[in-house]
Amino acid sequence: MDMNVMSEELKNDIAKAEAGAHPAKMSGRGVNVFYGEKQAIFNVDLDIIKNEVTALIGPSGCGKSTFLRCLNRMNDTIDICRVTGDLLLDGKNIYDKDIDVVELRARVGMVFQKPNPFPKSIFENIAYGPRIHGLARNKSDIEEIVVTSLQKAGLFNEVKDRLEEPGTGLSGGQQQRLCIARAIAVSPEVILMDEPCSALDPIATAIVEELIDELRENYTIAIVTHSMQQAARVSQRTAMFHLGKLIEVGETDQMFTNPKHELTQDYITGRYG
Amino acid sequence: MNQSHIVTSFDEDLKTVSGKLLEMAGYAEDLVHKAVRSLMTADMELARLVIDEDKLIDRKQSELDEMAVLLIARRQPMANDLREVVGALRMANDIERIGDMGKSIARRVIEIGDLGDLRTRIRGLEQLTSLALEQLKEVLDAYAARDLTRAKLVWERDEEIDALYTSLFRELLTYMMEDPSNITPCTHLLFCAKNIERVGDHATNIAEIVEFIQTGKIEFEKESHAL
Repeated sequence: MDMNVMSEELKNDIAKAEAGAHPAKMSGRGVNVFYGEKQAIFNVDLDIIKNEVTALIGPSGCGKSTFLRCLNRMNDTIDICRVTGDLLLDGKNIYDKDIDVVELRARVGMVFQKPNPFPKSIFENIAYGPRIHGLARNKSDIEEIVVTSLQKAGLFNEVKDRLEEPGTGLSGGQQQRLCIARAIAVSPEVILMDEPCSALDPIATAIVEELIDELRENYTIAIVTHSMQQAARVSQRTAMFHLGKLIEVGETDQMFTNPKHELTQDYITGRYG
Repeated sequence: MNQSHIVTSFDEDLKTVSGKLLEMAGYAEDLVHKAVRSLMTADMELARLVIDEDKLIDRKQSELDEMAVLLIARRQPMANDLREVVGALRMANDIERIGDMGKSIARRVIEIGDLGDLRTRIRGLEQLTSLALEQLKEVLDAYAARDLTRAKLVWERDEEIDALYTSLFRELLTYMMEDPSNITPCTHLLFCAKNIERVGDHATNIAEIVEFIQTGKIEFEKESHAL
């Protein structure tokens, strides 16, 4: 009896120690985002913990994708978009003037909702990034990167005999894994995923989810998803957004069994109306 | 649960599970009541009926299990909905056990036969029964109303049942010492009393489940009910 109590306590302690060992890889502090006059994000403080999967959830238009896009300055491409507050990568503000956005996006890669391979061969889809970022000195370097990236994305065995065929000829799930391989190829530290499975069937979804779980060993991942079950399955932490505000953030296990905030509860149980 | 689900049939499903549980609990309550009456009146026919009716409760439980599993598969409930379904499954277990307690008493009734003089001397058993059944009724009402305060009261009142059981235990012991021919019936009665005391324990279990459904925690002070 006592042994059980002890081991439970021990487990808790270990869990706490482990949580402490994972510092924030990225942090938002007082983040506001405006599209012209309209404010889309209000004063959000959120940490993306290293080597964890953080799920951003909330109803459409709640600002979760907007926040995700701040993390590698994808919002820069929208003229009327303005971001205030601090967004830190390893403690350094990514909106500082001396930040090279191209380099930032290599460190913080992105995978989109719809798989968007370049209209080139499978090989070239992956080789393109490392080449422009100067990550390879010669042809064999490139080949090695292509192979390891495809392996890490769990796609290599399926495409190894047809690397010269167009990436667009793959199935939807394979294309998405090709996009993940492409993101991995430039050795990112963080991977952002904006509903990466919403265009995939359940099997392809399961394969990508399995991949996400493997990837978090080496990468930090933030994922926007509309599927509550997916958030519950793949993430360690969940952040709930509503009308541009961060409502609640916490351990995923707790969020989906006993959320603190009523809005979270209403949303994840399908009562939000 | 201040809002309805967007998918209204989800609400219907949850209500059906909860309704089924209360229906099952109603049978169990009735069963224990009848079992003790058969004991006090030496009504063998009623005792046999009780044994038979317990099967009905078992059947209700498998129906409820099936419904809950289907609901989980179909709706994939989250948060309070998930606790609601898991809670119902656990409560059904307690209620099924309450039915078993009734059945166990009924079996002893057939075994003991007429209690003779002893019957008039064990009014404490009836008192214990009415207290346990009151607790059960109260906790089921607390569940139906999702009333945490009432559930907590049930949890706290279990001590009364325990105290009454202990005094009944001593009383029966006295009768046994008084006349060795009382030993057999009194031993049976002791088991009956224990069964009823267990009904009270199941009521407190249900109170804890009501708390779990409402809050996601079980914080009513942990205490062993073993005697």
